[in-house]
Amino acid sequence: MARNPVLTFTDRGIYCPDGDFFIDPWRPVDRALITHGHSDHARWGHKRYLATHQALPVMRHRLGQIEAVGIAYGERVQIGGVTVSFHPAGHVPGSAQIAVERQGEVWVVSGDYKVEPDGLAEGFAPIRCHAFISECTFGLPVFRWQPQERVMAEITRWWAANAAARKVSILGAYSFGKAQRLMAGVEPIGPILTHGAVEEITAILRAQGYALPETVRAVAGVDGKTHPGALVIAPPSALGSAWARKFGPAEEAFASGWMAVRGIRRRRSLGAGFVVSDHADWDGLNAAIRATGCERVFVTHGYTAPFRRWLSEQGYDAGIVATEYGEEVEELPTEGAA
Amino acid sequence: MKDFAALFAALDGTTKTSAKVAALTEYFQTAPEADRVWTIALLSGRRPKRSVTSTELREWAAEAAGMPLWLFEESYAMVGDLAETIALILPVAEGAEAPSLSAIIAELTQLTGQGGEVRKAAILAYWARLGPTERLLFNKLITGGFRMGVSQGLMTRALSTATGVDEAVLAHRLMGDWSPQTMPFERLVREDASGSASRPYPFALAAPLEEGPETLGDPGGWRAEWKWDGIRGQLIQRAGAFALWSRGEELITDRFPEFAPLADFLPPGTVIDGEVLAWDHQAGRPLPFADLQKRIGRKTVPKKLLVEAPALMLAYDLLEDAGQDLRDRPFGERRARLEVLVAGLPEGMPLRLSPAIGFESWDGLTAKRQAAREMRAEGVMLKRAASPYHVGRKRGDWWKWKLDPWTVDAVMIYAQAGHGRRANLYTDFTFAVRDGNALVPFTKAYSGLTDAEFGEITRWVQKNTLERFGPVRRVPPELVFEIGFEGIQESPRHKSGIALRFPRMIRWRRDKPVDEIDTLEGLRDLLRVSRG
Ligand SMILES: [Zn+2]
Ligand SMILES: [Zn+2]
Repeated sequence: MARNPVLTFTDRGIYCPDGDFFIDPWRPVDRALITHGHSDHARWGHKRYLATHQALPVMRHRLGQIEAVGIAYGERVQIGGVTVSFHPAGHVPGSAQIAVERQGEVWVVSGDYKVEPDGLAEGFAPIRCHAFISECTFGLPVFRWQPQERVMAEITRWWAANAAARKVSILGAYSFGKAQRLMAGVEPIGPILTHGAVEEITAILRAQGYALPETVRAVAGVDGKTHPGALVIAPPSALGSAWARKFGPAEEAFASGWMAVRGIRRRRSLGAGFVVSDHADWDGLNAAIRATGCERVFVTHGYTAPFRRWLSEQGYDAGIVATEYGEEVEELPTEGAA
Repeated sequence: MKDFAALFAALDGTTKTSAKVAALTEYFQTAPEADRVWTIALLSGRRPKRSVTSTELREWAAEAAGMPLWLFEESYAMVGDLAETIALILPVAEGAEAPSLSAIIAELTQLTGQGGEVRKAAILAYWARLGPTERLLFNKLITGGFRMGVSQGLMTRALSTATGVDEAVLAHRLMGDWSPQTMPFERLVREDASGSASRPYPFALAAPLEEGPETLGDPGGWRAEWKWDGIRGQLIQRAGAFALWSRGEELITDRFPEFAPLADFLPPGTVIDGEVLAWDHQAGRPLPFADLQKRIGRKTVPKKLLVEAPALMLAYDLLEDAGQDLRDRPFGERRARLEVLVAGLPEGMPLRLSPAIGFESWDGLTAKRQAAREMRAEGVMLKRAASPYHVGRKRGDWWKWKLDPWTVDAVMIYAQAGHGRRANLYTDFTFAVRDGNALVPFTKAYSGLTDAEFGEITRWVQKNTLERFGPVRRVPPELVFEIGFEGIQESPRHKSGIALRFPRMIRWRRDKPVDEIDTLEGLRDLLRVSRG
């Protein structure tokens, strides 16, 4: 008799019948396993949460009073008829892939992930599995990232050129993950100022022990005069706003994987855009899937149709799962965090 | 290629006009002269001869990147730009020293007419050795479309700063059909006689009049005429040259053979600014733009089309008379000389005066403007009688006062993601009106909303998709929009039987329920009005 699959796809999220829990559900459920603290994955209203110890502080900050239990990377817990473990996804600090095992059959939910180590998030670890549920935000071959140190050097050069022209550099980046990765990755050639939304998360992560440089919260009175040649890190929505103008003469840029496409950068009428993403690029997606050794792949969250077809041409049994994660608009400046 | 790539990066890396002009100025002072000429040519819409078809490029690029063609096409659909797609998908090359811009173009030109294998080998060799920016630019050269976020006016301004030659004089020198392959830089910018005899003048353009004409002062100082909806053109008759140019600086003489007799009757040294229209000789007014459109795409015109959609020029202005440049003379004087010239032509010539609209007061003109739709005009042009013929758009002397658009309230039924700068938003919508209990799709529109609105609609579309057909999503008929358009015509090709001209979204009608949208019958009434 054929058994039901380890994970099923419902209108509330990915569900494990044998363990009676959901992974990153988007409607309120009884028990939710959460891959990471971005708002499209860690939603409000579940009864019980399970996430990595590293992910919980930001989740608590964002979701307020929640009933949550922490788990260590690699630790195995039994839930109902399955064994569950969390493994680094390399996406943002505390982010995880979730592996669910039932009698030797392993399914892995990737959450959001990135293959290249960024020096801040726990490095991506490939997990051998039978079925892999993979995001594919950037699942087209036009998305291929340069090595991080090269982009960071580009950003540092931009910052230095602006500083030499007596201008402040305002860099738009997601307040959780991208912002901290950038401040840790650029060369510290001047003061780093932060928008309140960025500073709050930065303080939480710093307190957790992540190595982050000194930052100054850009409260009233902090500007290009008090901190000449500063780098300001702010949520994308702050670019071009009245808040950004208070710094005086400035250049603005946006750091996102979408900046790889010239047309998208121009839509924001931004001069500078830096291609920095916390998601896997085309090569990264393919390498990650290969490393799982899986036969079945379910793609979600991005360019699902072409990516599924590509995978099935590569010999995978590939399907599409509709989810309510960020989808195509993820990481767009008009959106919240990804 | 290095200077050119650096110029491109500088232009692309800023949104500030002053920084763009500075980068161009420096380039025009330091780059190799042959490259400067080609850059001027590219930035004024000229392009090297195409040596490769876009189908070949797609196939070669997909092969070089080791991916199936369908995946290349998906990528292209997302990026929206062929040159950029190719640059992005090819394996990273380390960018050895590349030949100069003009040398690359010379080699590309030599490839035309060669066998497929020879051309393929040459293109692949370039791809393998060019760095990322150079590769994008190289692809732009071979695919033709070259836009660098720099208008011709901006380029001319920078060239003027770099050379010290007056901007208006330069604008004129850069017009016409000079060949960047053979034209030396100094001759192009310094010599008047360097171009061919058929060189046109830069077109004077009008600015839209947003408020009423009362703001323009005494009506006595103004002249009015219809704003026709055709192809703005310049007709040139000089010793050894008879030419018709479109505003896009395209030589279209051969597409409109009916103008040929004018070569025998216009005096030498004549340049006329006017509107080319397909003319309804019975009704004494233009045919719908769609009829003219049939002729635009054709290099040679079948007899049948010459009979069905005969072309005519309605003359607005006289720029050169007896070889004398009149552009500094007042419009009133130019117009008077134009009237004399046209009156001297024999009967039946395809050149007539665009009639002046007489008026005593602004109220009087406002009343007459109402007849524009009946005349198949878009509205009224207002020109200061004392105005010179400006280069380009100079606010203050020439105004276009268009009719308010027609509008219809309709519901969105399909959504499709945009291209290029809007690739990750749903921006292209198909709209329907009611026909009894059914909804009939009748137009598409993709502009007119803010990015924030498109973002909100995108999220709605993603949550409410009923069906997907490739990139298109069917959505429940719930969102109502006010659609504006400039004209309406019969169209047997469309299910609704009608087609709109210049449709766009005017606003999102969140206040309007779906059962209050307009009906197909209402659109048919508009059609009857427009056929008059
Ligand atoms: Zn995320
Ligand atoms: Zn996500």
